[in-house]
Amino acid sequence: MVPDDRKYTQEHEWILIEDGVGTIGVTDFAAGELGDVVFVELPETGSEFNQGDTVGTIESVKAVADMFLPVSGEIVEVNEAVADTPELVNSDPMEEGWLFKVKLSDASELDQLMDAAAYGELLGG
Amino acid sequence: MSESTNLKSTPLTDWHKQHGGKMVPFAGFEMPVQYEGVLAEHACVREKVGLFDITHMGEIFVSGPGAEAWIDGLVTNRVTGIPTGKIVYNAMCREDGGVLDDMLVYRLGEIEWLIVCNASNHAKISGWLEKNLPADGVDLDDRSDKTALIAVQGPDSRELLCRLEALADKVPDVESLKFYTALTLEGPAGRWIVSRTGYTGEHGYELYVPNEDAVAIWEELLVRGEDLGVAPIGLAARDTLRFEVCYCLYGHELEEDISPLEAGIGWAVKLKKENFVGREALVRQKADGVPRRIVCLEITGRGIARQGARVLREGRDVGLVTSGTFSPSLKKPLAMALVDSAISEGDLAVDIRGRQIECRIISFPFMSARTKGDPRSERTLP
Repeated sequence: MVPDDRKYTQEHEWILIEDGVGTIGVTDFAAGELGDVVFVELPETGSEFNQGDTVGTIESVKAVADMFLPVSGEIVEVNEAVADTPELVNSDPMEEGWLFKVKLSDASELDQLMDAAAYGELLGG
Repeated sequence: MSESTNLKSTPLTDWHKQHGGKMVPFAGFEMPVQYEGVLAEHACVREKVGLFDITHMGEIFVSGPGAEAWIDGLVTNRVTGIPTGKIVYNAMCREDGGVLDDMLVYRLGEIEWLIVCNASNHAKISGWLEKNLPADGVDLDDRSDKTALIAVQGPDSRELLCRLEALADKVPDVESLKFYTALTLEGPAGRWIVSRTGYTGEHGYELYVPNEDAVAIWEELLVRGEDLGVAPIGLAARDTLRFEVCYCLYGHELEEDISPLEAGIGWAVKLKKENFVGREALVRQKADGVPRRIVCLEITGRGIARQGARVLREGRDVGLVTSGTFSPSLKKPLAMALVDSAISEGDLAVDIRGRQIECRIISFPFMSARTKGDPRSERTLP
């Protein structure tokens, strides 16, 4: 069920690493819990943050969720398609509905994140 | 999960759970907040027809020769002299004019009445009624635990309701039932009240039925309405639907420290009535000028202002958002706010998590209701 090509956080985000750049989004579970997403506030490219910083928000009709940065680094790209079409977060959270990309400043931070098996367990198997 | 064990259920709770209802605690009940998704459910009611389980509402029956005058003395609108079958929207106020609750008052007969209050205020209103009960001439019968309430709302609600087997010989009466009137009939397990009321801004009905009849009605409506696209609707969409047509919600636009004149329901306050609890305070407030008022805001910057967000005019606090969300029909962030009456134009902003986001006052309501007349009439949009 949980794709094993990426890592996961307790806040139900995923990060997929390619050439030192992590693509970040929310998991299927998070998208389902949020309900219909109607507004996404993304960070600015070029800005630098530390691991765990709040870098944006995802809002559904009823709820507001913070976007956390799973690893320290610089925001190098944001998904403009999601800003214009927030429902992508619901329809395809693991692919087309990615949120932003970060250039990792400390790849060892990845070790603190969950792999697919651990995240699957968090979801209750 | 010990909390959920104390939550009340409705006759439809099991049905909701078995059909994908996402259950949440609401006013002491375990209620469905959504099924398919709030946007789809919202659209279903605006365009077709939806079913709501709103059994959590309180139903207090009042009877006796003194009931008419007694109720009239406790509510802001006029209920004396209304014909049997008529329904009146009211606020019930404290002496200082603060709103205890808003409610519907039904005249069911010469000396029989029904008060329908919010679930969140049910205990408070029960207590208030008991406290104000005269020595004789008025009897209270709180039937909330025995009464299920199903709302059928949307442009196809009349068509759907008339397909109910139990209403077969009442079709002409249901078809001609006017807004804010009700009819009664004997259902399988007891009396049904069919009420042309609702909380969506669409043509719609609310059915008060004995608990025993609820599941059969719900399932029959879903089967008979399949071609109409009927669907169950959760509380989240109930909120966005009422929000777009600017119906007050207690705990948001209405509170004990908000007067009905401030909340914008002055049309339901009859200050010419000889007396009712809160009248003096409200007469005084009207003479002195109502200090605050509910306004409609369009958030023109990027963001969604939620309840509690500060409203600022040129940097100064002028009020608070009472309800705010992304409007599914108008597809933009909107809010209702309680602000100083003096403000009108000027640079307005809402504080969204520490950032001042531009907004502007727009005309009330966001969308016009289609509760009367043609259920598919063109809407007036701001």
